Amino acid sequence: MKKKYKCEVDCANCAAKMTEAVKKIDGVIDANVNFMMQKFTIEAEDDRFDTIVAEAVKAMKKVEPDCVVEL
Amino acid sequence: MTKKQKKTLCRIAVSMILYIILLAAGRMTDGFSFAPRPVPLLLFLVPYLVIGHDILWKAVRNIRNGQIFDENFLMSVATIAAFFIGEYSESVAVMLFYQIGELFQSYAVGKSRESIARMMELAPEYAYLDLGGNVQEVDPEDVKVDDVIVVRPGEKVPLDGMVIEGDSFLDTVALTGESVPRRVGAGQEIQSGCVNGEGTLRVRVTKEYADSTVAVILELVENASEKKARLENFITRFARYYTPIVTIGAMLLAVIPPLALGGGFAVWIKRACIFLIVSCPCALVISVPLGFFGGIGAASRIGVLVKGSNYLEALSRVRAFVFDKTGTITRGEFRVLKSIPGKKATISEAGLIKLAAYAEGFSTHPIARSLQEACGEQLLIERVTDVRETAGRGVRCRFDGAELLVGNSTLMFEEKIPYERCDEAGTVLYVAFGGNYTGAVVLGDRIKEGAAEAVASLKKKGIVQTVMLTGDRKEAAQRVSDEVGVDAFFAELLPQDKVGCLEQMMEESGQTAFVGDGINDAPVLMRADVGFAMGAMGSDAAIEAADIVLMDDDMRKLPQTLVIARQTVRIVRQNIVLALGVKLAVLLLGAIGLASMWAAVFADVGVAVLAITNSMRMLMWNPAKNP
Repeated sequence: MKKKYKCEVDCANCAAKMTEAVKKIDGVIDANVNFMMQKFTIEAEDDRFDTIVAEAVKAMKKVEPDCVVEL
Repeated sequence: MTKKQKKTLCRIAVSMILYIILLAAGRMTDGFSFAPRPVPLLLFLVPYLVIGHDILWKAVRNIRNGQIFDENFLMSVATIAAFFIGEYSESVAVMLFYQIGELFQSYAVGKSRESIARMMELAPEYAYLDLGGNVQEVDPEDVKVDDVIVVRPGEKVPLDGMVIEGDSFLDTVALTGESVPRRVGAGQEIQSGCVNGEGTLRVRVTKEYADSTVAVILELVENASEKKARLENFITRFARYYTPIVTIGAMLLAVIPPLALGGGFAVWIKRACIFLIVSCPCALVISVPLGFFGGIGAASRIGVLVKGSNYLEALSRVRAFVFDKTGTITRGEFRVLKSIPGKKATISEAGLIKLAAYAEGFSTHPIARSLQEACGEQLLIERVTDVRETAGRGVRCRFDGAELLVGNSTLMFEEKIPYERCDEAGTVLYVAFGGNYTGAVVLGDRIKEGAAEAVASLKKKGIVQTVMLTGDRKEAAQRVSDEVGVDAFFAELLPQDKVGCLEQMMEESGQTAFVGDGINDAPVLMRADVGFAMGAMGSDAAIEAADIVLMDDDMRKLPQTLVIARQTVRIVRQNIVLALGVKLAVLLLGAIGLASMWAAVFADVGVAVLAITNSMRMLMWNPAKNP
């Protein structure tokens, strides 16, 4: 399943770091934090999708605690 | 401005005022000489904490999370170190200007994002669903195929569909960049994103929202910045090494020279702080995608959708343009020009056209449509059986049981029909019925307005080779080629030959773009370095296959897009050179003690601001000023 969320990221480099961090999560097929559009796209396994997304948001907050993802 | 930005602005103002008061007080009292030493330290800590407390807090949190080389940490270390060596006012200034720069950066990025969003203001917010009598306002995503919606005057068409009632004009400006009203009535397909004129339309929905033109386009533009250009990948990789290296350089600079040369640590720590401030990679990382973002935005404003930064970059290096003829250079609207019955045939001119129309009757090729138009009567489907269409040759079928062949000379040759060669300008269809040659129908196509102008303009912009490809006969190709002014043409090509031709061009001329209509030239579009599809409004296949999509039919958008691509890449290069150049210069000057911390702040946020401003130029790009 692939889903897109609005998110608020402050710096371009952080967005790149977040993308890398989320991609490392088990079960994530593809992910991207788009700084320009302020969008977070994630493609992950269907059966654990919600848990994976929650994990991804946690990973993103680790990079930038201020970031907001509208789930 | 967002709430976050406003809050930062307030903090900047408070801190700035406190800072100025302290500076003035310090000057009047000769550096707070009346008070014991900790007093100025404590005084300067006030504006410092007002402006920098969040940075410090973030730095602490990030270290706990294992993020060492982030800019919050670097700024914190640099400013705290400055406090330790007694550079109170510098420390506050660095933090202050860092925050001002960050604020401007976030504001500018927000602005450019907004202006692109405005350009692409296509997304419909609602649809009026017709529930047999009463009308209900719903989310476009909830409308299903075959539902009937009502589009009122002045509203956006929310979903693709077919008009079942009403007449109106549609404005396609949001899709094509040009305000050309198009007349629509019952039975016509309309695309979402158009704006309805005066009349009310009842529309039967043919595609769900997610597959409608608007959603496809929005998706495409949003994803465009994800397909990264080489320059962008280079910079992201570079940033990954740059920051740690400079930070390590800073540590070495703080420790080794004082140990080796003797003397105080303070002067070297100050130089190390400069390194730390300069080591932030954001100016670099932002300048490249923002430049491309601007270019993609500028293109979408003239109705040209670029599917990725990488394609814009590739286009900037294109040296040759290859065009498909039908539907690209010409309108693709054939008209029957002549009907020439064979010398031995007993058929009338109209009868010949009718035969051809029957054979082609079930094809969607533009030739078929014009034959049906010329024929003028309703075709009876059951009279035709066993239809086989061979690309690049024509149609074989049975008409009232007898064999009917309609196609080019190759088809006649293969079927060993002794045909009478016809050298009329245009596309010639030979017709053979029951094994005998019956005659030829000549069809003509019109060249699009602006095609010659576009080719001339491309040449003026330094395109070394322009070539036209067509499956058509040499005579027809020659005529079009002369009129449009391309350097060369290849005629009588089968679809698979076109890829070979293109590859040959790519070898001879280097980076090559192909322009087609995206319907039957998908393999060529994919093979080219840059594939353009024209007139793509409402054609998903074309949008899918191409790298750059021209929503309308106007060839003059090609040179404009080329200019946008080149200018975008130029701006991105300028940004990289500026950011890297200034940073390296400040690093060198800082190491030998010639740069102040002020210069370092400039090298960080100042350069980022300059790069952003430079990129914003693309958003103001005006086709009228760049003919």
